[in-house]
Parts: sequence; C-alpha cells; structure tokens
Amino acid sequence: MKLKKLIVASSIVATGLMTNFAYAADTIKVGVLHSLSGTMAISETTLKDTVLMMIEDQNANGGLLGKKIEPVVVDPASNWPLFAEKGRELLAKDKVDVIFGSWTSVSRKSVLPVLEELNGLMFYPVQYEGEESSKNVFYTGAAPNQQAIPAVDYLMNDIGAERFVLLGTDYVYPRTTNKILEAYLMANGVKAEDIMINYTPFGHSDWQSIVSDVKRFGSEGKQTAVISTVNGDANIPFYKELGNQGISAEDIPVIAFSVGEEELSGFDTKPLVGHLAAWNYFQSVDTEENAEFIAKWKKYIGDDKRVTNDPMEATYIGFKMWVKAVEKAGTTDVDAVEQAMIGIAVPNLTGGTAVMNSNHHLSKPVLIGEIQEDGQFEVVWETPDTVIGDAWSDFLPSSKNLVADWTSPIKCGNFDITTAKCSGQQF
Amino acid sequence: MLRLFPFLFFFVLSLPVFAAEDDVQGESELISLVGQLPSTKLNKLSSLIEQIADTSAPQVRAILEPLMAGDLYYLKANKQVVSVSEDTNNQYQLIDVLSNEALPTVSKSAIKKVRTNNRLRGQIRDLLANLDLTSDQVDVRISALKLLLDKPNKAAITAVNKLIKTEQDSEARDLMSAILLVEQLENGNDAEKLSAAKQLSNRLEPSVKNALVSQLQKIPGSQQGGSLKAELSNAIDDIEQQISVFKLVENLFFGLSLGSVLLLAAIGLAITFGVMGVINMAHGEMMMLGAYTTYVIQQTFPSLIEYSLLMAVPAAFLVSGFVGILIERGVIRFLKGRPLETLLATFGISLILQQLVRTVFSPLNRQVEAPLWMSGSLEINPVLSITYNRLYIIIFSLMVFFSLLMILKRSSLGLHVRAVSQNRDMARALSVKSSWVDAITFGLGSGIAGVAGVALSQLTNVGPNLGQAYIIDSFLVVVFGGVGNLWGTLVAAMTMGTFNKILEPSMGPVLANIIVLVSLVLFIQKRPKGLFPQKGRAAE
Repeated sequence: MKLKKLIVASSIVATGLMTNFAYAADTIKVGVLHSLSGTMAISETTLKDTVLMMIEDQNANGGLLGKKIEPVVVDPASNWPLFAEKGRELLAKDKVDVIFGSWTSVSRKSVLPVLEELNGLMFYPVQYEGEESSKNVFYTGAAPNQQAIPAVDYLMNDIGAERFVLLGTDYVYPRTTNKILEAYLMANGVKAEDIMINYTPFGHSDWQSIVSDVKRFGSEGKQTAVISTVNGDANIPFYKELGNQGISAEDIPVIAFSVGEEELSGFDTKPLVGHLAAWNYFQSVDTEENAEFIAKWKKYIGDDKRVTNDPMEATYIGFKMWVKAVEKAGTTDVDAVEQAMIGIAVPNLTGGTAVMNSNHHLSKPVLIGEIQEDGQFEVVWETPDTVIGDAWSDFLPSSKNLVADWTSPIKCGNFDITTAKCSGQQF
Repeated sequence: MLRLFPFLFFFVLSLPVFAAEDDVQGESELISLVGQLPSTKLNKLSSLIEQIADTSAPQVRAILEPLMAGDLYYLKANKQVVSVSEDTNNQYQLIDVLSNEALPTVSKSAIKKVRTNNRLRGQIRDLLANLDLTSDQVDVRISALKLLLDKPNKAAITAVNKLIKTEQDSEARDLMSAILLVEQLENGNDAEKLSAAKQLSNRLEPSVKNALVSQLQKIPGSQQGGSLKAELSNAIDDIEQQISVFKLVENLFFGLSLGSVLLLAAIGLAITFGVMGVINMAHGEMMMLGAYTTYVIQQTFPSLIEYSLLMAVPAAFLVSGFVGILIERGVIRFLKGRPLETLLATFGISLILQQLVRTVFSPLNRQVEAPLWMSGSLEINPVLSITYNRLYIIIFSLMVFFSLLMILKRSSLGLHVRAVSQNRDMARALSVKSSWVDAITFGLGSGIAGVAGVALSQLTNVGPNLGQAYIIDSFLVVVFGGVGNLWGTLVAAMTMGTFNKILEPSMGPVLANIIVLVSLVLFIQKRPKGLFPQKGRAAE
C-alpha cells in the first residue's frame, strides 16, 4: 500500500510538472483541500473526486475564459491544524484561484484565518451549524434553517410529534444545532419536560441504556420523535439497538442529519426502514439533471454501485456557480468573483434553481426522505419553495439581531441590526 | 370498517335479503377507491385508506397489508393496482389485489410503487389491528390487543366487549379486561372509576399508567377528591414502585451485558498479557480479524445466514490463532524480556494488519447481517424486555470463559502453560518445550480474541478500526482484575460494566466513562496489582 501510494504520488507530481510546462501561465488553478487519509477520508475522498470530475468536464467543454483548469490536490490528512498549513500552501505557493474543501466545522474554522489573511476564496460543501459568514467563504451546504428547522416542522405538523429526544455526538455541530433546536421547540410551545437531550462520545457502541430511556420517554402517551445528530460509525449500533428493542419508525421515528446514501452503503438497512433523514438532495430524486449527474459519476469513478449524496450536489452547485461568476467577472480575481457570485443561479439536481444570496449562503429546497430497504431514500415531504440559508440563527439570543450581507453598503458578515454596527468578528 | 361494524352486523343479521345487494355496492365502491390509489397524493392518502377499510370488503386485508409492507404497486400502463409477491432477477410476480389473480411477471420498469410514509403505516397498522381481533391465531390477537390498549377506538371496544365472553386464551382475556377497565376509568361514573383504578393497580402497561395519571390530573386540586383521588394515587404509586424495581433489574442486565463485552474483549489478553506477560498491542486486530472472518463466511454462504455465526466461531478461532502463532514465531520470540520493544513491535503489527484489511476489503465498514434468532427481544413484561443479542452474548462470553478456564486448569497444555509462566527454567529442566508452549499459548489467546470478534460483529461496526476501540478497555480490565488471574478478569469486567451502567442514566455516557476511569486509576494507586494479585514467589 505504502509503495502504491508512493507510485501514485510520484506520478501525480510528474503529471503535475508536465501540465505545468504544457499550459505555463495559461491555466486557472483550483485547489482541492479534502482529507485523503485519516478518519474523514471515507467522506472527503468522494468530494475530491467530484471536484476532479467537474474540472475534467469543464475542460472538455473548452475550459474557462479560454484557459484550461488545473487541479491542485493536497491532503490535510484529517488533521485540523494541517488544514491551515495546506490552505496556506495552496494560496501562497501554488497561487490557486479558488479552493474547494473542508468537511468538519473544526477544519473550516482552522483554515478560515488563512483565507482571510491571504484573501483566498473557498467553497464549503457540507451542512453545518451556521453562526458564521466570511467574505472569503461560500457555504453551499445547508444552514440549520435549511435542514434542522424544516425537519422539526415536519415532525410537528405531519407526524404530530409533541415530545422530542435530541441525540447527538459530543462536538460542535450537534451541540450548536441542538441549542438552536431547543430554542425553536420552546418558541413553538414545547415544554422543557418534553425535551430530552443526550450526548454520546464519537464511535459510541453501547446504546442499550439510551434507547431504553428513549423508549420510556416515548411511552408517556404523547407522540415522540428523535432528532439525531449522531455522527458516522455510531449510527449502526444505534439503529440496531432500536430495532432489537422493538421501536419501529411508526412508534418513534428518528430523523437524522448526518446519515446519507454514502453512510447507508455500509449498513444493513432492514432495521432502518421508515426512519427519516433531512437533506437538500437525495439520489432517488427523479429529474433529468440528476440522472445525468449519477450516470456521469458512475462512469467517472468506474463503479456501478457508487452512490451520490448531498455534499456532492453542494460541490456540484458550488463549482458551477464559481464558473459562472468567473465568466461574469471576466477574471479570477477574488474580490471581483466574490461580488459576481452574489445572485448567480444554477439549476439544482433535484429541480428548481439554487441562488447565491448576499450572505454567502444558498437558497435551496429542503427534502425529507424515508430510508428504504435498498439503502436509498424516498422523498415524503419537501418545502414548497426554496429556503434562504440563514447564516445567523434567529432562535439564539446571541445571534438573533445579526445578519450577514456582503453587498454594499453593509459589506459585513455579522451586522447588528439594532446597533447598526459591524463587529468584524465573523466567526 | 369498524366504525360501521355494529351497523353492518345488524344489517347482515336482520336483513339478509338486502345483504347481497349491499355487497355488490361495496364491491363497486371498493373498485373505485382502489382505482384512486395510484393518483392520490401522500397527504390525501390517509382518508382514502380509511374509506377502503370502511367498505369492510373481504379484500381489505389484501390491499392494506402489502401497502404497509411497501409491496403494493401499480402497473404504469393501465394503473391496475397489484401486490408484488416475489422478485427474482428483476422479474416481479404480481397479484391483482381485487380479484386475487396472478398476473404475468414484469420487469421493474413496468410498475411503480404506491408510496406511503410512517404516519400512513401507523394508521394501517391500527386498522389492521381491528381486523386481527377475530384472528384464529392467539399471538396475532394478542399483538392486536396490545396495540388497542395503546390506542383504543370505539369500534374495537364494542368488539372486545363481545369477544371477551368467548375468548379462551388467558393472556388475551387479561388484555381485553385491561382495555375495558381503561375505558371504564375514562368514561364511567365515579363508582366505576374507583373499582377500575383498584383493579388496574397491578398493570405495568405504560398506557394504563398514563390513563390513571390523566384521570388524577382531571380532579381539581381544590376539591377533596375523596376516595377516588386516593385510590388513583395509590394505584399510580403501586405501579411506579413495580416499575422502579424492574428498571433496576434492567440496569443490572445492561451492566452485565456491557461487562460480558468487556470480558470477551479482555479474556484473550488475559492469556497473552496476563499469563505470558507480552504487551500485545495487536490484540484488538485479532478481534478485528475474527469479525472479518464472520463477514467472509456470510459472503461465501449467503443462504446460511442463520448458521453463519456458528460457523464463524471455529473459523475465527483458527484464523486469529494462526495469525497469532505467526506473530509469536516471527516477532515476539526474538523480543523476550524487552517489554518496550515488544510494545512497539506489536503496535507496528497492529497498524500493518489494519492497513492490510483496508487494502483487501476497503476502508468502509462491512455489513455483517444479524441472524433472525439474534434480533428482537424477549418481553418479560411491558416495562422489561431483554434483547436476544445481548442475552446470547452474555451466555457466550461465560461459555468462552469457562472453557478457557478448563483448558488452563485441566488439560496438559494448561499445565505446561502454567508451568512455563511460573518458572520457565524449572519447566524446561523438566523437559517442557517452552518455546512451543509460548507459540501455542499466544495462538490460544489470539484465537479467543478472534472468537470475541465474532460476537462484536453483532454489536458494532466491522471496520479496520474495530480493534482500536476495545484495546484500551481490554488492558484496563486485565490490570484491574490482577495480571495473570482469569477469575480476576471476569470479576473486573462485570464490575466495570455494571458500575458504568448504574452511573449512566443519571450522568450520561461521557461522564459515566470518566468516573469509571478515575475510580480505576485511584484503585490501582491503592492496589497496584489489581483485585486478585498473584501470590507466591513466582509473582515477585
């Protein structure tokens, strides 16, 4: 394996050198900052491949501004501080025009100061906890109001849930999301005694007590639902335990924010059927654009069983938008592209169009799907219209007066509408 | 249907002349309703299902059951609604739900699913429960009654009132009387409420308690509710007392189950580290190999999932044991008496094994299926049920423990192992082949780890990192129990598991873990040799 890696690495370097000679200054450089090793490699490698596929596609269609696009791939190895280092390397040494990268919030927060210092541009493609808007980042994943809040609305209105269990892995994203959700539930008249919150460590595998608590919590006469921000591996034993203790999706449905097609491909999905997930994209959505994208992906990756997922669509939208913005601005200069980005519209893979708003977040539709036996989702509910991504949650006291607007005259990531001041601290 | 049940019943009995006509009308109504299924939107489907059930036609079950199971489709060509009975090689066998006739098989592209969601499935389940009340099978009746106790409806209560007189099964009759008592508690007069509360005080079903609590809340606080209020709170107290006892039992079971997982993980290490004194950082990877063996066996014999675990136990023992012997012969025997280097070398081996699995199988988790007999739970009463997989793993871990104990205490191999571990030179002087014993012992410990991996494949993810999640816990258990003492390992594992699970409900899993760790550190400070230290000259 090591040897194989070495060969691959040296051949990448070699082809990199050759393309450098071939195109000289006539290329536009795109940095790819996704972990290719370590714990996050499972998820992030897919996104690296998506970017490379998009670049290949764009080059086949004549490149950009008459130039070829050249990818520069680096590996931050799931090591958060390394994201800052590699980001600096991309911007200062390789002089890339844009970066596509990051998955976990902590890695984004790590590279952010570098982006702001060197005035780089990054597209971040994963659903996250919000409470951030940087001039140098475009967030193409869902903000909490594009995933968590509509999911709760669905549970309350369509399932009739009155009691809620918030289960999460113990780190930034679940804790912030649950804080927002708790405030939202309270604002909707759910009593504190009807909300149960529980955090577990990464990779937790002994779910007996928690599931039994959930069962007891759900047996007190009110329709109960579980909102899960449980991350990665820990989901399998969790759903297994649910099945074994006889909790079906009809009794206590579980809606998850981190379980997508890619995660389900390692699951025995039988005990999961009927449980829910909220995303902006599902592979099963039947549109022409989506069918084309899936076919292209399977062909590019050379594996008919590979699935597509939401962060891939976010990467797709981000890349298409960047191409359009560069064409509109006529240059890859970061400030020009940043202004050109706002208002750019690109068709979603699920139908409709995604629009980049002045707060650097997208307008996207929200879908809720039920898990099927084949590991795909079936859409059971969707928002009638697109939802505008909200950088600063309206449900947290600390951020309810803040807005992000990068158009003049405000040009600020966290503008306080009561004091009309911009604190400058954007994250 | 059941809302009309008494009506229809009356009609059918008293007006047999019109019955036939009524049937025909119901039939045509059903046909038109079923015809609407393909085109109805999800949010309108609920009332359509209700109407279908209300026709009380004999085909209702044939329509609703496949709809709930997700097997109801319609032909794209003519919108004919069919249930799919079998799919092999992308060919679907269809049955017309109205006429129950088999249709020619078609491919997937010719049919489309009638979509449902959780709420609809729940609704159908409740409707079917009403139909199931008169089922021939006792367990079907009982599960229908349990559902009704949770969500009673008028029609069902009327039916239960009649059925209770003829019901033969005692459990079913018991549930029926509970349903009627809850009804009496909710809608009866004060005297009836009083007697219902009295009789319900020994029932553990959550819905009974909920009914009692809501009755108690209905009595205004100012009013001296008198005997009814007292009786209600008495009944609730009674129930809560029983529930708390069963909750304790449940917690103990959870503790034992966590303990048995720890025991399985640690017991192999108790041999290699405890008896041989080798700090084996690759122990976790031996478990991982066992889990992957289970996966390979399931992939090789896809039709024998039910027996796959039984086959995997010896296979995993051999695979991990063989790898263990290779490691001992290839690396560890050259590092005898150099613990630091052994630690580093075995850590290196663990990384190599992980990477090997990544290359051979992929870095993604593999899917190991649970056989049917490992799924579900044994319901002891409405508040206490024990999951089968945990129960079997407790039994399995004890079996492994005692067979290992037997091997060490009763067999000649065990004698040699103990002799070599206690005094190598003396054993060699008595013609024990110490290097051979070392290899076999290490193989035995590794093989046991592989067997543990088979059990773990049923509880957690089968991936390259499986071993790392358990290696620390394994060392903790062995050190806590006393190095070199198998009984110590058993007691330590069970103590840690139970302690953890008793703390967890009040503190949450993160804090409970921390407290267990801190108390362990303090304990080791006080007694460095663990619970059951080795005694005698050999231990010095």
